Amino acid sequence: MLMLRFAKLLLLLALLSGPAFAGDTRVAVATNFTHAARALTTAFERETGHRVRFSFGATGQLYAQISQGAPFDAFLAADQVRPQRAEVEGLAVRGSRFTYAMGALVLYGGNKRPVQEGTLATTAPDRLAIANPATAPYGAAALETLAAMGLLETYQERLVRGTNVAQAYQFIATGNAELGFVALAQVFDQAPTDYWLVPATLHRPIAQDAVLLTRGETNDAARAFLTFLQGPEARAIISRMGYHLPTAKGGASDG
Amino acid sequence: MDDLNIWSPILLTAKLASVTTLILMVIGTPIAWWLARSGSRFREAVAAVVALPLVLPPTVLGFYLLMALGPDGPGGMIASLYGARSLAFTFEGLVIGSVIYSLPFVVQPIRNAFEAIGDRPLEVAATLGASPWDRFWSVAVPLARPGFLTGAVLGFSHTVGEFGVVLMIGGNILGETRVLSVAIYDYVETLNWAPAHMLAAGLLVFSFLVIFTVMTLEKRWRFKREDRP
Amino acid sequence: MSADMIQAAFRGQTGGFDIDVAFTMPRAGVTALFGASGSGKTTILRAMAGLGKLEGSLQVGDAIWQDSARGIFKAPHERPIGYVFQEASLFPHLDVADNIRFGEKRALRAGATPPVFGDIVDQMKIGRLLDRAPHTLSGGERQRVALARALMRGPELLLMDEPLSALDRRGRDDLLGCLEALHREARIPILYVSHDSAEVARLADHLVIIEGGRKQAEGPASTLFSQLDFIPPDGRAEAGVILEARVQDHDSTMQLTHLAVNGQTMTTPAIEAPAGTEVTLRVKARDVAIALKKPEAISIRNILEGTILEIRDADDVGHVDVLIDIGGGQLRSQVTHDACNDLQLKAGTSVFALVKSMSFDGPGA
Repeated sequence: MLMLRFAKLLLLLALLSGPAFAGDTRVAVATNFTHAARALTTAFERETGHRVRFSFGATGQLYAQISQGAPFDAFLAADQVRPQRAEVEGLAVRGSRFTYAMGALVLYGGNKRPVQEGTLATTAPDRLAIANPATAPYGAAALETLAAMGLLETYQERLVRGTNVAQAYQFIATGNAELGFVALAQVFDQAPTDYWLVPATLHRPIAQDAVLLTRGETNDAARAFLTFLQGPEARAIISRMGYHLPTAKGGASDG
Repeated sequence: MDDLNIWSPILLTAKLASVTTLILMVIGTPIAWWLARSGSRFREAVAAVVALPLVLPPTVLGFYLLMALGPDGPGGMIASLYGARSLAFTFEGLVIGSVIYSLPFVVQPIRNAFEAIGDRPLEVAATLGASPWDRFWSVAVPLARPGFLTGAVLGFSHTVGEFGVVLMIGGNILGETRVLSVAIYDYVETLNWAPAHMLAAGLLVFSFLVIFTVMTLEKRWRFKREDRP
Repeated sequence: MSADMIQAAFRGQTGGFDIDVAFTMPRAGVTALFGASGSGKTTILRAMAGLGKLEGSLQVGDAIWQDSARGIFKAPHERPIGYVFQEASLFPHLDVADNIRFGEKRALRAGATPPVFGDIVDQMKIGRLLDRAPHTLSGGERQRVALARALMRGPELLLMDEPLSALDRRGRDDLLGCLEALHREARIPILYVSHDSAEVARLADHLVIIEGGRKQAEGPASTLFSQLDFIPPDGRAEAGVILEARVQDHDSTMQLTHLAVNGQTMTTPAIEAPAGTEVTLRVKARDVAIALKKPEAISIRNILEGTILEIRDADDVGHVDVLIDIGGGQLRSQVTHDACNDLQLKAGTSVFALVKSMSFDGPGA
């Protein structure tokens, strides 16, 4: 009698919550990956029945929150440094780290002018917006690109730094800076003539690593999400949303 | 390395806060006076606008400022007068942002102080031959002195502590827009904890001293009222 | 109109008062704007100063301060007035001397000639207070400083709004002394708002009686006070008369002073005033008894001979009011109906007026 009732209850729960025994996970995600993460959610939830909730923030801030015990099960950073550090400090599960996306850098002028490779050399904007190279990988890549193009001297004094690429994008979009380096993920849906995709050879790769946090070690939903992130469906979405794909599991470079 | 120059942000911040406070006293005083004494039905609406920065997230304010300072806004028009494109990423732009952001912190205490004076001292001055302008300077301003002190100190320290707006319109340029709070943020972000500690602890001590000084001085500066015999 | 009159007419509503008055006051001496609390006196005074705006007109001598019909309205700071408020309202950020000099400075700037600082300071007896802060002064001291401040701008009209009402007895006496001194010099006309008939009797030469925002009566104080149908705004019990008297001599052994009142002599406990000083006596109607023969073996010292001028039934009380001529001056007595019938009092009856007590309002009181 009791058993029967219990079984009914289980059945009810199963019906309510989808195909498998669905779990629920909270994932900390770097701001630049916002759109892609949302696009991934639908596919992930449909496929696994798990539910995933994101907290978006700057990588450094998210890391600080995690180190203070914030309730995240996984961490999708904008760089490799913070996930590595999380592993070293025991905040993340050793061996769980992998590169989920490679950032692609573009030169962008806010749909006011076509932008090409030569735009930087031919026009001389007063202000060139970049993400803060000290804190944001896209910013560092932007500096490396300028150096590789031999334009670092020219622009050194004209750089304005946003905290992250999102802010660099705002500076350009509001017209306060004429040009700037932002992420392809921010502009991939705009006209291809509006931006110039910087060849990956001009800067060190912008590898974005994900890691399973200690807190999420036993969370099936979290593990499922990280697995899903490496699968073909997710890779297709990530690629469509303005990222290059990592070549192999384990990170493009452990710098 | 530029990034480790801790004196530049300190001096820049002091300069920004001083200039901002000066401007705030000049424009905040007439606003506070009007808010305290006007019978206009728009009074509370204006008061609400002045108070907006208290409740708006700095990012909202920063975003609108970014648009206003840019080439399509009034800031860009001003900038174009001297051949620039935008007031963003300039010291002047930061001053404009700080003035707006700290306005309620200056206007509110001065308004309260003006209101606390009441009609009587001004009426007395009028019957003694003082014109409205004369009454304002010889009676209202001296009697509102504690409010001016509070307003100036709050305006100054709020500008020192301002972060969100500066981050959004500053562009983090050493010597021009990299103020103390942004520098601290960068040091924390880049795990440069030694200079971060130095600046943060300095700011903490500074803030304590400011609040302590205001509280002490305000008590001393408050005029004793006549009491009934 | 006469250059030595002030003519005022105001009507309108402010602060819940409905005002409609017109009155004339001489440009000398003290005119009391006399009425109960809430009768609109202060509103009228504020309109005179230009602090509150009422429709109407105000002409001081030849100068027009307000004429609504012609759109003339001088702002308060353009009117040469002194205004003393109920509370001294000294500027807390200035010491006593700077408070007093506030109006003087502005008068000098406007090309006027304010009085001499030292004179005013002496007159108000505030020489010791000059470098004190207002909050360290007593109520009476503060009000004297406020009066000095108002005088130092050299006003052509001094407006006073119950300046004694917030003071204790001592402060009141001090200030009254100063006001009387001011009155004696009689250089500046004073409009004095009060609801206290004792104060008014002591200070005022001229009365404007206000009730419910309207003028009830107007005229010389001595006349109005002795009219039998005159009921002072602060209540019937205060009805009485004012007598002019002169100090005759002092009896130092008995500690008494003799006063000459219309050819008769009255005795009071000693007062400090030299022989010949004019003083004002106030005698309440209920303190005067009537006898047909001169009583003997009685404790009352002051018995004056007189003739009944008029007897009037008072409404709603068991009394009649009797007005007695005492050789020029008048006394007013309140007696019961019963007594009046018994003694067969009527106009022309010779009587003795027994004055049980009098308040003694002269200098040095």
